[in-house]
Amino acid sequence: MAKYLLLKHYRGAPESVNHVPMEKWTQEEITAHVQYMNDFAARLEETGEYVDSQALAPGGTFVRYDGEGRPPVTDGPFAETKDLIAGWMVIDVDSYERALALAGELSAAPGAGGRPIHEWLELRPFLGESPTVTE
Amino acid sequence: MNEALLRSLTPSVLGILVRRGADFAAAEDAVQDALVEAVRVWPDDEPRDPKGWLVTVAWRKFLDATRSEAARRRREDLVDEEPPPGPATSVDDTLQLYFLCAHPSLTPSSAVALTLRAVGGLTTRQIAQAYLVPEATMAQRISRAKRTVSGARLDRAGDVATVLRVLYLVFNEGYSGDVDLAAEAIRLTRQLAAAIDHPEVAGLLALMLLHHARRASRTTPDGVLVPLAEQDRSRWHTASIAEGIGILQAALARDRLGEFQAQAAIAALHADAPTAAETDWVQIVEWYDELARLTDSPVVRLNRAVAVGEADGPRAGLTALKDLDATVPRHAAVAAYLHERDGDLTTAARLYAEAAHQASNLAERDHLTRRAARLNARR
Repeated sequence: MAKYLLLKHYRGAPESVNHVPMEKWTQEEITAHVQYMNDFAARLEETGEYVDSQALAPGGTFVRYDGEGRPPVTDGPFAETKDLIAGWMVIDVDSYERALALAGELSAAPGAGGRPIHEWLELRPFLGESPTVTE
Repeated sequence: MNEALLRSLTPSVLGILVRRGADFAAAEDAVQDALVEAVRVWPDDEPRDPKGWLVTVAWRKFLDATRSEAARRRREDLVDEEPPPGPATSVDDTLQLYFLCAHPSLTPSSAVALTLRAVGGLTTRQIAQAYLVPEATMAQRISRAKRTVSGARLDRAGDVATVLRVLYLVFNEGYSGDVDLAAEAIRLTRQLAAAIDHPEVAGLLALMLLHHARRASRTTPDGVLVPLAEQDRSRWHTASIAEGIGILQAALARDRLGEFQAQAAIAALHADAPTAAETDWVQIVEWYDELARLTDSPVVRLNRAVAVGEADGPRAGLTALKDLDATVPRHAAVAAYLHERDGDLTTAARLYAEAAHQASNLAERDHLTRRAARLNARR
């Protein structure tokens, strides 16, 4: 059993095959897309592989410490080079192969024209707790 | 209300219902209902024979649940087959639960969850906490697993090797939250060893005890990994080591060697050495040869290369490593260690950094990163 993070990107990932920004989709296409995601999550819940999923707002800000007694420095929102995460899903599966298969399925969510988006998802394993036997 | 007593009785009550012909999923539900009843009734009126009480109530719950028009005939058959009342004393009713929970049609994670629930008597919430998944997720995993094994017949013994693999999986999960999965695995393997006379069951129990005995010294209080050679041996749990070695010797005397006995033998040689320098590496290499013969696993050959490095020097270890596929997990870590001992610090530092990249858990990654940093500072 291992947990994986499926990351959806606004920016930073390679361009998807069916690349049309969501604001240009029809209402029905958006509904179908959301429905697909919900069904996918519900199916994983039933197989006991679902852990968590969240969507993130696009407006991220870089922040850093700027010394004692000074307010944190920010670089302002929407910097051009930023990789933006649109959301994530955490799954708990038996194998890497299963994680790949699920990521592939999620990437097939319908987009413009009702066709699969073929978007690139980032698949990242969680670093787990140290297993008992490591010697 | 004695929760430990209830938990220890749960699997055998479940086993009795299944043996009487109850479908597994229905039996599990019935036992849960009986436990709820016990929690309600026992504080005022504790039965003289708690197990008998649970069996009676669970069986009644099971019959109630199956009392529908469609199930009527089946229920009547079951009532006919019902054994005469009396104390329930059968010892190996739990045994078939082990086989059921390790059924080959289950995925490893389902088998583990079902075993912890049905044999271990843990609650769904406890299992979910141990695996850091939502309770609803674990509940679904367990109920799917129950459905999968529901039709499985138990007219012949299952494969012990599968059961052992599931228990070893539980053990290797370590622990988190309030359930110590390593201790739980040892408890279940003890039960199994009491119910079944098999040298590999003894071998696995010995292996777990020997590994578990070193647990307190394996990490610092803040979670930093301590390698075997640097561990404070005075903190090893000597009673567990003595018990493990005793169990292992009795198993080996039966001359039916298997991989768990061989692994336990290696763990015993480590546990027996008063200092790291006094470790009998020559004998450990011999046991790795046995293990490689039994399993032909690349992980075993990787570990063997480490042992060869200790027994015959790092050059010999590196030679043993050459025959191995570099994609085996921890290959880079082993190569780094052998190069470091051979004095090639540049290569060692590079390989430690590479190994840290591939590590699958935080403690190991931090450990390897520290090693790389230490060598880089020294050059």
